[in-house]
Amino acid sequence: MKNKIERKIVIPGEGIVKGENYLPGEGTEKKGDEIVTTRYGLAEESNRLVKVIALSGIYQPRRGNIIIGKVENITFYGWVIDLDSPEGAFLPLQEVPKYVDKDRLNDIFDIGDMIVAKIIGVTNRGIDLTIKSRGLGRIDEGIIIKINSNKVPRVIGKEGSMINLIKKESDCNITVGQNGLIWIKGDKIEDELLVKKAIMFVSEKSFTSGLTDEVKKWFEKERTKNKNKKDKNV
Amino acid sequence: MTKEFKRSDGRKPDEIRAMEAKVGVVPNANGSAMFSFGDTIAIAAVYGPKKMHPQHQQDPEKGTLRCKYSMLSFSVSERIRPGPNRRSTEISKITEWALEPVLMIKKYPNMAIDVHINILQANASTRCAGINAAALALAHAGIPMKDIVSSISIGKIDKQLVVDLNKDEEDWEEGEGSTDIPITMTSGGEITHIQLDGRITSKELKEVIELARKVMKEIYEVQKKALKDSVREIK
Amino acid sequence: MKTSKLTEKRIKEYLAEGKRFDGRKPGEFREISIETGVSKKAEGSARVKIGKTEVIVGIKLDVSEPYPDSPDKGKLIVTSELLPLSSPRFESGPPKFPAIELARLIDRAIRESKFIEFEKLCIKEGEKVWAVFIDIYSINDDGNLIDAAGIGTLVALKTARLPKYDEKNEKVLYEESSNKKMPLSKEIPIIVTTHKIGDNILVDPTLEEEDISEVRITIGGTIDGTIFSIQKGNPKEISIKNIYKILDFDEKIRKKVFLNIENNLFKKD
Repeated sequence: MKNKIERKIVIPGEGIVKGENYLPGEGTEKKGDEIVTTRYGLAEESNRLVKVIALSGIYQPRRGNIIIGKVENITFYGWVIDLDSPEGAFLPLQEVPKYVDKDRLNDIFDIGDMIVAKIIGVTNRGIDLTIKSRGLGRIDEGIIIKINSNKVPRVIGKEGSMINLIKKESDCNITVGQNGLIWIKGDKIEDELLVKKAIMFVSEKSFTSGLTDEVKKWFEKERTKNKNKKDKNV
Repeated sequence: MTKEFKRSDGRKPDEIRAMEAKVGVVPNANGSAMFSFGDTIAIAAVYGPKKMHPQHQQDPEKGTLRCKYSMLSFSVSERIRPGPNRRSTEISKITEWALEPVLMIKKYPNMAIDVHINILQANASTRCAGINAAALALAHAGIPMKDIVSSISIGKIDKQLVVDLNKDEEDWEEGEGSTDIPITMTSGGEITHIQLDGRITSKELKEVIELARKVMKEIYEVQKKALKDSVREIK
Repeated sequence: MKTSKLTEKRIKEYLAEGKRFDGRKPGEFREISIETGVSKKAEGSARVKIGKTEVIVGIKLDVSEPYPDSPDKGKLIVTSELLPLSSPRFESGPPKFPAIELARLIDRAIRESKFIEFEKLCIKEGEKVWAVFIDIYSINDDGNLIDAAGIGTLVALKTARLPKYDEKNEKVLYEESSNKKMPLSKEIPIIVTTHKIGDNILVDPTLEEEDISEVRITIGGTIDGTIFSIQKGNPKEISIKNIYKILDFDEKIRKKVFLNIENNLFKKD
């Protein structure tokens, strides 16, 4: 049985593994018979494919991604959306699931509004968005926080395990944008802030395995802390 | 007869001052780092890739690297008046040239990658410390790179070759005086930056480059450690 | 990205209950950390962190002719640079208004308080005096650069030493310290900026809070109530009642800040 390569942090130009058996995946290139990383990140191998998961860097928009953005500008044809990424994003009139009066665009979304949208195309002109799906549209209440987009998979967890745990423990609605913006809405502000803290906790500890258990323990600690605070005030 | 030059801080000719490097020193930046050679301290922060303004300067074939080197007014004995000067403008450009060969920025057309370098304290070799910090900051920012670059100043003080000049050595005037040669190389041994001012033969210069290649590894190790140490834990 | 209207609404709702997102009370500062001697070529220097906000302040001295209207007094020049390194919002180039204002706010408090005893900085009346350069640089902006700069300036001045001056050759010998401390008076100007958001007032805003601040009042004063400088910033109006509220509030906070940084101001050599 061949040994699996251990996950390790690598820096640009560093060799990960030598041998004809391995294939260069994302964040790597082949130099002679060695697979070398082109990113600062976590190198891992599965089924002979070697790739490097970025630890940092800007958001790479992909078709199908759910994102959260801010309305920056209104034109005749739709809304210009800021995703906190260098590419511009646009939500055209046609992608809004109801009749829009061309003169009353700002009634639907005004400058400064936050929206949840889906990416339907990424071209050299920019990113094309739609809100013609369930769960998409304007955000009316709650708080928006920002994490590095590379931490989003960890915050969501395998098949949503992490984010579902946080939702359950806090009783909040949470929408995670792939671009790193996250919308949190709860009945109490304290719950929303607890989620914010939990997400920061997860994104700072990205590479600890057994993170789900640690987060469960963290919530227990926080609940005891808050209970003690309330008891003190009685 | 020339006596062997003795270094003012007691170092051996091929000894680099104590180096320190750390990433993540500016939380607002996409990537950041500090790097020091003894008393010379540089910090660098990277913002980008991001939209590039003004539009007419955009490059449709690749991203644009923009470096700005600047010394804090109190980083040297005689206060520097704030604002760009010809020296800092030149160093900004050679820093760009030192870093660009290893950056893979074809995938960021029309975008800018801004690198800001500030010298907090100066005891010579400031451009080298700046380049080392900038290389770290770019990697930390997740910019795709073929390699890291490392930079060091080699000097010929009178007839003696030394590594990592301090200010006393830079100002040395006896004998053949001081020749200052800052060099930047990839870990694969390719030169991305070299400058010289002083007086030297080409035979001596070849020795200088060999010496640089030898000691460059020490700097690379410090940079590598800074990047690896910054990740809290990994299983 | 500036603070969204959504988050702004929540911040105001929370403030109405006397609470803030990071658990602080409206009159509470984030953790302050101070390091001195961070730039050895400066005659005095300090690095101040308030939460994630960081500034570095350096003092340089030089000898020059006095101003004609004060022939026996030293000079004070305060400059500040909001380094592009410290925030995506700052651009390269000559200082814009925020940097200029920051320098002037610090200048006013230091100058009007007579904290620096300028008569003691006279070398030869009418001919040679010490010029004190205070240079302030932002390293990371997460709100409240002004107050961080104020603390940094006080500490840097407190730890500053005059270099030796070679009168015969008219040269400052920077490599040699005279061991003479910067002459400072006992009245210490503490600078605290109070912000008004909705109906609530608070100090030490994070960047998120600073983005939605409607009025800010920067006051430089002592802990026993003497005020040397005031500046109102931001384009909204404020009632007289609220100004009085802020005057009282700011004085209380100045005392707290002073206690916080006291050890750094009075460190034994």
